[in-house]
Amino acid sequence: MEWLNAVLQGILLGGLYALLAAGLSLMFGVMRIVNLAHGVLAVVAAYLGYFLVDKLSVPAFLCIVIVIPVMAGIGYVLQLGLLNPAIARGGLAPILVTFGLAVVVTNLLQQFFSADTRSIQTGAIATDSIQINDEIAIGVFPLVTFIVGVVVIAGLQTYLSRSRTGRAMRAASDDKDAAQLMGIDNRRIYAIATAIALGVVGLAGVFLGMRTQFSPTYGDATLIFAFEAVIIGGLGSLWGTLIGGVVLGIAQAVGAQINPAYGILAGNLVFLAILAFRPTGLLQKAVNS
Amino acid sequence: MTIQESATMPVKVRRATKSSWTGLAVMTPILILLALGPYILGRGMQQNLVILFSLIVLGTMWNLLAGYGGMVSIGQQAYIGIGAYGLVYIADTLGIDPFLAVPLAVIIAGVLSLPISFLAFRLSGGYFAIGTWVIAEVVKLIVEQMDVLGAGSGVSFMAVTELSPGRRIAYVYWLSLIAVVIAVAVTYLLMRSRLGLGFTAIRDDSVAAGSLGVRVTRSKRIVYVIAGMGCALAGSMIAANTLRVQPESIFSVEYSAFMIFIVVIGGIGTIEGPIVGAIVFFALQQWLSDFGLWYLVILGLLAIIITLVLPRGIWGLISGNGKIRLFPVGYRLVNPLERFSLIKEKAPVGDGGAPNA
Amino acid sequence: MTLLKVDSIDVHYGDFQALYGVSVSVAAGETLAIIGANGAGKSTLMKALAGLMTPTAGSIAFEGRDVTAMPSFKRVGLGIALTPEGRRIFPSLSVEENLLVGGHTRRKGPWNLASVYEAFPLVADRKDRIGIHLSGGEQQAVAIGRALMSNPSLLLLDEVSLGLAPVVVEQIYAALPAITGAGTTVLVVEQDVNQALKVSDRVQCMLEGRTVLEGAAGTLTRDQIATAYFGI
Repeated sequence: MEWLNAVLQGILLGGLYALLAAGLSLMFGVMRIVNLAHGVLAVVAAYLGYFLVDKLSVPAFLCIVIVIPVMAGIGYVLQLGLLNPAIARGGLAPILVTFGLAVVVTNLLQQFFSADTRSIQTGAIATDSIQINDEIAIGVFPLVTFIVGVVVIAGLQTYLSRSRTGRAMRAASDDKDAAQLMGIDNRRIYAIATAIALGVVGLAGVFLGMRTQFSPTYGDATLIFAFEAVIIGGLGSLWGTLIGGVVLGIAQAVGAQINPAYGILAGNLVFLAILAFRPTGLLQKAVNS
Repeated sequence: MTIQESATMPVKVRRATKSSWTGLAVMTPILILLALGPYILGRGMQQNLVILFSLIVLGTMWNLLAGYGGMVSIGQQAYIGIGAYGLVYIADTLGIDPFLAVPLAVIIAGVLSLPISFLAFRLSGGYFAIGTWVIAEVVKLIVEQMDVLGAGSGVSFMAVTELSPGRRIAYVYWLSLIAVVIAVAVTYLLMRSRLGLGFTAIRDDSVAAGSLGVRVTRSKRIVYVIAGMGCALAGSMIAANTLRVQPESIFSVEYSAFMIFIVVIGGIGTIEGPIVGAIVFFALQQWLSDFGLWYLVILGLLAIIITLVLPRGIWGLISGNGKIRLFPVGYRLVNPLERFSLIKEKAPVGDGGAPNA
Repeated sequence: MTLLKVDSIDVHYGDFQALYGVSVSVAAGETLAIIGANGAGKSTLMKALAGLMTPTAGSIAFEGRDVTAMPSFKRVGLGIALTPEGRRIFPSLSVEENLLVGGHTRRKGPWNLASVYEAFPLVADRKDRIGIHLSGGEQQAVAIGRALMSNPSLLLLDEVSLGLAPVVVEQIYAALPAITGAGTTVLVVEQDVNQALKVSDRVQCMLEGRTVLEGAAGTLTRDQIATAYFGI
């Protein structure tokens, strides 16, 4: 029964990972760039939430309404100012620029917030749970996170397949020169994609900060988990990313059930096993599903 | 002089340039002077130079990966750690002479890097980068579970402590200087080889290179293994210099940040670049050491700016975009009538087809 | 009324000059065919008109407005649409999505999904098929339909017949009257001289980056065209 509990907790944890990974998946899908600053940007969102809740006494769940647009704005500016020039440079430039950005932001956070761990206080919901039976209880907050994760991914998928801008993103992803001939301004479309990606990162970062203790270097683990979710699920598939997040969450929870020190290692090993035996991921398909 | 003109005249293919002979003339006395270090310099200075030497080795290896092989790794700390732990384990636990233990540790890293490459090569671009990082994390997490390697708290390097400190520091210093010479020489010879020409083709266009018969994956794998061995060499230098190996620090992703900054700032894709970059990095690190982590903020910003506006780095600026070469790895056509004229090399062309991309 | 006025443009690919002082004038409502052998500079001219390449000298005016340096995505909004060489259908999008992307600018006009399907029954049959699974002829038809979705006043058709079976070329050109009938001015690049003469009002022949012959389609003789085409 405790194993079933571990699996259940893992699935719920996977919802958070999927939420963290969705932005990474979206940016890669549209622009074919891997944002190595993705993890630390989630941590920036967590600090933003912490600052609003702890210092300005904004109610915990209201801070989300502020953090998402702020992060989306950062994403838009980041794309126009830094990432579009890097994409135009081509070659290794996008990787090097986003890596440089990750190091800069991580160390700025260290300078301003110190290396101490923080968390966003949410009050009663943090400990509320639904008792299934004597041994299994589902935390309300992890459940909310999971549902939000599924809803966000469904929303992103619908946006990409149905909306005019989403279609333009997929067109630009297929052939950016041809997209321009359709009147699509790639640079602006990319900026919108990154704004959406970072908006989702903002949401994920706040949930992360509510669930766990974080510090400036927490972005490293965040990036790795998001990346593992994307690869396990299969590149370019948002539903795959959800499945990848869930698989990673289960692996970590079951690993930790064996020995608390094995949680992260188990997740990494499952990732490496997928890489070795099913390198296209569990659900490989094109962005448009 | 243009290519068309030279085609109608008798042409000679040359590798060395005037500046590369000058380079040899400059470098030989510097090397001799550095070799005399232990007789001239204090212990602290020698230990600092060992740090610089290890940075040069690391930068040179990372440049081999990215500048020639087109692979951005942020997981080379796996091999730094393997080299460091390998040295300590072989020398202390197995009781093998420390100076024999270094090459053994390097070989172990090389042997491990081969199967690892098969996993890492399933990914490309930015995902390859994070994949190598995950692999480094796995190596760290495994080491942290191994009591024989001191688990989470690490190990001390005891074998060399029998030597007097002065002698020990001098030996480590010389070892590190030799490591620099080996790393640079291996890169130089590799680039001058047939394989090296293939790497340049891969860097420029791996698909085209493949269609011309360059065995892309095999070439990349060779580079990856050599870079793993080189990083292990640097790792063993770091262990011998600090006498202490801890998993959290030796497997830190910061080493990857250092390597990337060194190569990007110095100049990617040249042999001289990482050397220049390591010196600049080391100077900034020392100079800004009183200001906490600001040096990493400044280096990160510098790396971003250089990537976007000065992709050939500081060495590109010094050398006038490749006119001066201390290490002649390319081929150049020379009109025998103008023996010392240098063909101006064109900067690599970006994706010119997409004006608004 | 002159819709498009190209005034002696030069275009370079790096050090290589592809066009030497080429001028083109297209009146609203007419169909102009640019003919010429491989490497004559026809496709380069199209790229310059669509904004994929910027001339190094000379100017391009559209509806009296200077567009020489305007990026391609903005020209679509003004009413210039190109079906590029190689068709460039979006491979992961369905045919219908390709058409919808073509209408991205939301320019008003006679063309929409229904009218494109009517003009190209072939496209209507394949509307749910993914771009990558289309044959060459289907791709060409979709590419033209996609360009029409932006309701252009000037449609640039680059190498329509290239690599297609004659019967397929016939099918595609069969839609041309519907296009010109809707008031769209067409500039077509063709290697197939007979096809060009058949569909156009006026012909301009290029050779090695220069215009060597131009005139009304009916007035030019075979010999004149052959001489200009091959430069003999």
